[in-house]
Amino acid sequence: MSPRIMGAVALRVLTQLRRDHRTMAMLLVVPMLLMSLLWWMFDDVGPGFDRFGPALLALFPFIIMFLVTSVTTLRERSSGTLERLLAMPTGKVDFLGGYAIAFGLVAAVQSVLAVTLCVWLLDLDIVGPPWMLTIVAVADALMGTALGLLVSAFARTEFQAVQFMPAVVIPQILLCGLFVPRPLLPRVLEVVSDVMPLSYAVEAMNNVAQTASSDLGGVDSGVWTDVLIIIGFVMAALALGAATLRRRTA
Amino acid sequence: MVNKPGAAVDVDQLTVRRGGSDVVRGVTFTVPSGQVTGLLGPSGCGKTTLMRSIVGVQIVAGGSVTVLGRPAGDARLRDQIGYVTQTPSVYDDLSVEENLMFFARVLAVSSAEVRRCIEAVDLAEQKDKVVSQLSGGQSSRVSLAAALLGEPALLVLDEPTVGLDPVLRRDLWALFHRLATRGATVLVSSHVMDEAERCDRLLLMRDGVLLADDSPANLLSTTGAADVENAFLTLVEQGGAA
Repeated sequence: MSPRIMGAVALRVLTQLRRDHRTMAMLLVVPMLLMSLLWWMFDDVGPGFDRFGPALLALFPFIIMFLVTSVTTLRERSSGTLERLLAMPTGKVDFLGGYAIAFGLVAAVQSVLAVTLCVWLLDLDIVGPPWMLTIVAVADALMGTALGLLVSAFARTEFQAVQFMPAVVIPQILLCGLFVPRPLLPRVLEVVSDVMPLSYAVEAMNNVAQTASSDLGGVDSGVWTDVLIIIGFVMAALALGAATLRRRTA
Repeated sequence: MVNKPGAAVDVDQLTVRRGGSDVVRGVTFTVPSGQVTGLLGPSGCGKTTLMRSIVGVQIVAGGSVTVLGRPAGDARLRDQIGYVTQTPSVYDDLSVEENLMFFARVLAVSSAEVRRCIEAVDLAEQKDKVVSQLSGGQSSRVSLAAALLGEPALLVLDEPTVGLDPVLRRDLWALFHRLATRGATVLVSSHVMDEAERCDRLLLMRDGVLLADDSPANLLSTTGAADVENAFLTLVEQGGAA
């Protein structure tokens, strides 16, 4: 592992994003527009925005980073730049870590913007400290990044990579507790939702929104447990992703 | 097999299987260091696979490849080999300079080295252009410049001069010879036989086997052919592998 190379990869990914104004704008503005849409939908209906808002704050970083990463790494695999990097002194961890740092930073900015909008302009009711939502969002974005890296190994074209979104992400959206509280799901589905990272991100967001505590960070320790579980998923996905990065190919 | 002194690359009985058939079939040769060696043969004869085996990114079925005294693919070789693939492997959405700065950071070489490599491939005027806006020949030169970073001891160049303007092609060959004079070993592939005369040494390849491993002058005198194209034909008609 080399911090120099990891930093170089992160800097390069951010430079690529900086040059791509449209993607950058979409990454930062679309979540805010969608949160505004949700707020507007429930304007005449009652407390729906407070109920669904926190869960949606968990969905955006996950979905967006999944898509962005699966396409960028697929491009890196098919353009030969990955092979070139791996023929240089780049460690697999440097490569994966560089992507995680770059997209983690983007997710942090994205989340600060979305949380700021929700809490201060749209009056989203957050009992816990709002900055904690950003911590969860970053962990959650890293999860999207790690899964995106992993699935890019199983796609040959960008078309296929995008198809993994409904296959990998939508089941998690359905089972994360947004539609049916997880304890009320049929037993089998509840167990399935237990091994899905998004469930923990949504749980953590809801926890921050609904509870406060004098514990570390002003949140219930359950939030930290959820964050750690997400980090565990991230590590597992990155380890599997690293196994798909081959220095030698047929 | 004992590594011959002065050999930068030592390939012994190399066999590579791809898609169910042998694309490199028991090939043995050495590449002398400090020279420009040309790997020539028609498209599809196994040149790229052979080069990938030397760089250490190819899964091989049998035989051995020793590079600079170590088995190909050894971690200690990673900053000593510059490899240029046929399709340019650089980032389309970055400028020439940004691409090279990135690879320079990975290799821990200075920004002065970046400037030197950009100038070596004659792209100083285009350095702030995004690669996707460059012509095919220009983007393959960006890829070449990235391989030159840090003056690697071995350069493996897969058809680096295809589609280039003759003047530029001549300049690049001159560059390869300058690098060789400074001690680097240069292995260049081409499917254009007329590039053969620019090499110190030639490897002629066809259908996964080597037809010849000789200097251009020797090749012509042993086959009695007027040029390398005809020498190649003579060797094929003799049906013999060298």
